[in-house]
Amino acid sequence: MSNNAIEAEALTKVFNGSLVAVDHIDFSVRNGEIFGFLGPNGAGKTTTINMLITVLKPTEGKASILGYDIAKQNTQVRYSIGVVPQEYTADEDLTGYENILLCADLYGIQREVSKKRASELLELVELTAFKDKKVQTYSGGMRRRLELACGLINRPKVLFLDEPTLGLDVQTRAATWNYIKMLKKEFGMTLFMTTHYLEEADALCDRIAIIDHGKIIVVGSPTELKDSLGGDIITVAIKEDVDITELVERINHVKEVKKENGSYRIKSENGEITAPLIIESLRKEGHVVTRLSLTKPTLNEVYLQYTGKSMRDAEESGDSLYAKRMIMARRRH
Amino acid sequence: MSKMNNVSKSKLHGLWALTNRELKKWYKTPVVFILTLLQPIIWLGLLGNALNLGSLVGSSSLTIPPQVITELQLTPAQITVLQGFFSNIGDTIMQGTFGTTSYISFMAVGMIAFTALFTTMFSGMSVVWDRRLGFLNKALSTPVSRAVIILSKVLSATLRSIFQASIILIIAVPLGFQFGAAFTAVNILGVFAFLFLICMGLSSLFIAINIRSTRIETPMAVMNLLNLPLTFASSAFFPIEQMPGWLQAVATINPLSYTMNGMRQLLINSSIDYSQLALQYAYVGLFALVLTTVGIVLSWRFLNK
Repeated sequence: MSNNAIEAEALTKVFNGSLVAVDHIDFSVRNGEIFGFLGPNGAGKTTTINMLITVLKPTEGKASILGYDIAKQNTQVRYSIGVVPQEYTADEDLTGYENILLCADLYGIQREVSKKRASELLELVELTAFKDKKVQTYSGGMRRRLELACGLINRPKVLFLDEPTLGLDVQTRAATWNYIKMLKKEFGMTLFMTTHYLEEADALCDRIAIIDHGKIIVVGSPTELKDSLGGDIITVAIKEDVDITELVERINHVKEVKKENGSYRIKSENGEITAPLIIESLRKEGHVVTRLSLTKPTLNEVYLQYTGKSMRDAEESGDSLYAKRMIMARRRH
Repeated sequence: MSKMNNVSKSKLHGLWALTNRELKKWYKTPVVFILTLLQPIIWLGLLGNALNLGSLVGSSSLTIPPQVITELQLTPAQITVLQGFFSNIGDTIMQGTFGTTSYISFMAVGMIAFTALFTTMFSGMSVVWDRRLGFLNKALSTPVSRAVIILSKVLSATLRSIFQASIILIIAVPLGFQFGAAFTAVNILGVFAFLFLICMGLSSLFIAINIRSTRIETPMAVMNLLNLPLTFASSAFFPIEQMPGWLQAVATINPLSYTMNGMRQLLINSSIDYSQLALQYAYVGLFALVLTTVGIVLSWRFLNK
C-alpha cells in the first residue's frame, strides 16, 4: 500500500447524462493528514465525498481508499471509513446513546463491544450527561458532536466530514476544530473535509484543494497557496517627496514596488523580516517613515483569485436548496 | 484499528437494528402510538355503527300488517310461522350478502386490511424523510446491505400492522364482533399470515414509488390518489358481487379484496371453503412475492446510482 490514504484518478460524476458535477479530478490524500476540499456552492464537493464514501458510483475514473477500490471493493471501503454528514442524521425520537448503538449495528459490531465504545465516544464528545435524552432536546452543537461520535463508532482510519461546522456558533465551531485536531493527533486518523469557511481550512488543513465547476484548480498547503499570491504586502509612506522605488527594490526579499497615492505598496516574502529592513534602509538615507503597515495574504485572497468573485447561490439546484431550507427549519426549533 | 473479529459478517446484520429504529419511533412516541390505536376504534365505532346495515333489514322493521291477517283470515299458528319467516329475512339477506349476520364483523375485517394499507403507505413515505434528513446517505456509507435498508421498512410496517390488527379485533368484540362458526384460535395465525403477505407486497410497492423522490409532496399526492380507490374498489365495506360491473373488475384484481375475503373466511364465516382459501393465499402470496422482488430490485438500482 502506498503512503496515500485516498487516491483519485480522473474521478468523474455526470448526472442525468449531461450535468457534469465532478469533472476528471485527480488528487491524493496522504496518510494522517487533514485534507480540505474548498469551493463555492455547487462546485462538486459533496458529490466527490459521496463517491468516495461509496454512496454514488463514479461515471468515469476511479478512486481508492487505503488501497481499496471504491467501486469494486466497496464493502472493505465501508468498513474502514467514517462519515460525518452535513445534515443532522441522528434520529430525533431516539436518545443519543440509542443513536450511537444504531450506527454500531449498521457495521455489525457486536453489542458488548459497541456498548463500551459508545460510552467512550460519548465521553469523548462530552455528551455522557445527555446520553439518555432524546435527540430532539439537543442543541445544534450537541447534535453535531453526536454525529461525530456516530462517525467514529467503527474506529475508521479515514474520516469524512462534510461541512462539519455549517451553521454552528463560534464557540461550538472552535470546539469542533479541537476535536478534529485531536483525532489527527491522538489517533493518527486521516481526515477529508469539505468546507467553505476559509479560516477553517486555514486553521485545520495540512493541504487544501480548491475546486470549482467540478474541477480541481489548485492543491497545496495553506502557506504554499498564500505564497503563490506573491507574498506579504507592506505599505510605507515617507515624509519627503522623493521617489524611493529603486532604493526599496534593492532590499532583500522585496519582489515588487508600486507607488500608489503617495505611498508605496511593496510585495515581499517574509514581510515581518523585510519591514524592519525597509525602515532601516530608509533611515540610513535620511528619510522619515511616517506610516508602515504589513498585510499577510489570507486564504480569502487565494480563494477569490482562483474562483473569481461572482456569487454562486443561483447555481444550486432546487433540490439541494430545498434540503437546506428544511435543515434550517429544523434548526430553528 | 478496526478489528474484523468483532464484526458480524451476516448479510442480514443491521436488519433488526433498522427495523427496531422504525418501531421505536412509533411505540416510544406516546401520541403517535395512541393515535394509531384510536384511528381504527373511531372508524369501527363510527362507521360500523352508522352503517349498520343489519338493523336496516332486520326483523324489527318487518311485521305482518293487520290488514293482511284479516284479509287472509290467518290462524294464530300460521301467523307465528309467517312471523318467524319474516324475522329471519333480515338475517338471511345479511348472511347471503356479507357471509355473516353482523355488519360490524364484516367491516372490522375490512378495517384490518385498511389499517395495513395506511401503515404501509406511511412506511413508504418515510423513505423520503430518510433521504431528506441525510439518514439514507449515512446508512448507504456503512456496510449494511441495500436490501436490508429496504427490508427493514417492509418488516416494521408488517409488524405494526399485525399489532394493530390484533388491537382492532380485541376492540371489535365489545362493539359487537361475532366470530364465525368455523373460527378457532389457530385461524388468528392464518390472519397474521394474510397480513404479513399483503404488507410485504404493499410496502414494497410504496417504497418503490417513493425511493427516487426527494420531496415529500410527490408521494403524498400519489398516496392520496391511490388510497381511496384501493379501499373502495375492494370488499372493505361492501361485497364485490353487489358492485357495478366496472368496479367489480377493479375489485376482483385488488389484492386487498383477496386478503379481506380470506380473513373473513377465517374469522366470521360460518364455514370455510378451503379451495377458495388456498386461492386467496396464492393470490396474495404471489402479489407479495412479485412486488417485494420488484421493490427490492428497483430500490437496489436507485440506491446504487
